[in-house]
Amino acid sequence: MMHLTRHPLDVNDLLAAVHGPERGGTCVFTGTVRNDGDVTGIEYSAYEAMAFAEIERILGEAQAQWTDARVMLQHRLGLIPVGEASIAIAAAAPHRDDAFRACRFVIEEVKKRLPIWKKECRADGTTSWVDPSGKAVTHGP
Amino acid sequence: MGKVSVRFFARYAELAGCTWSAVNLETPATVADVIAQVREVFPGTKALPPQPLAAVNLRQVRLDALVNEGDEVALLPPLAGG
Repeated sequence: MMHLTRHPLDVNDLLAAVHGPERGGTCVFTGTVRNDGDVTGIEYSAYEAMAFAEIERILGEAQAQWTDARVMLQHRLGLIPVGEASIAIAAAAPHRDDAFRACRFVIEEVKKRLPIWKKECRADGTTSWVDPSGKAVTHGP
Repeated sequence: MGKVSVRFFARYAELAGCTWSAVNLETPATVADVIAQVREVFPGTKALPPQPLAAVNLRQVRLDALVNEGDEVALLPPLAGG
């Protein structure tokens, strides 16, 4: 499964990748574009080679920590409309505690480590880069 | 002198006016040395923060990390994945 895609995410694909008869607990996380203010969508861009390598490293670390679990993630790139998912993570483990923990680990590491950037697009045609530190840079239409 | 690739992304690409370039400098150098040279070559990048995030060969590194000829240095705006 490709970790980076420009197509809408399908959680069922992720579930199929992690499900197994020995794994009784499955946790799914999706991150969805919000309608903050008059935002109509977010354009996601990435340093794709590094993002792919970093995702592989994060999943490897999760696998090493929860050896009986299976975790998969996909991140969508390109313009994503409000209401559609930008990221989906599925974690399956023999029991629910490890599924929750592995899923949480992966999304938190993604937030800290993936070289991906967001540009908010608004109804009036303006755009701005999203800076998690809170500093926004606005551009005209 | 060694040639080092430099990549810019998102807002930093807008500041640099390009997404990819190369600089020549004495190697091994540090990431900070590469950034100092980038600031000279691309005036728009003077607006970069004093200590931007950086990666060498697809791994995030500190600014005192060593850079060798042929390496790829990437300057990363604040990460916003997820």
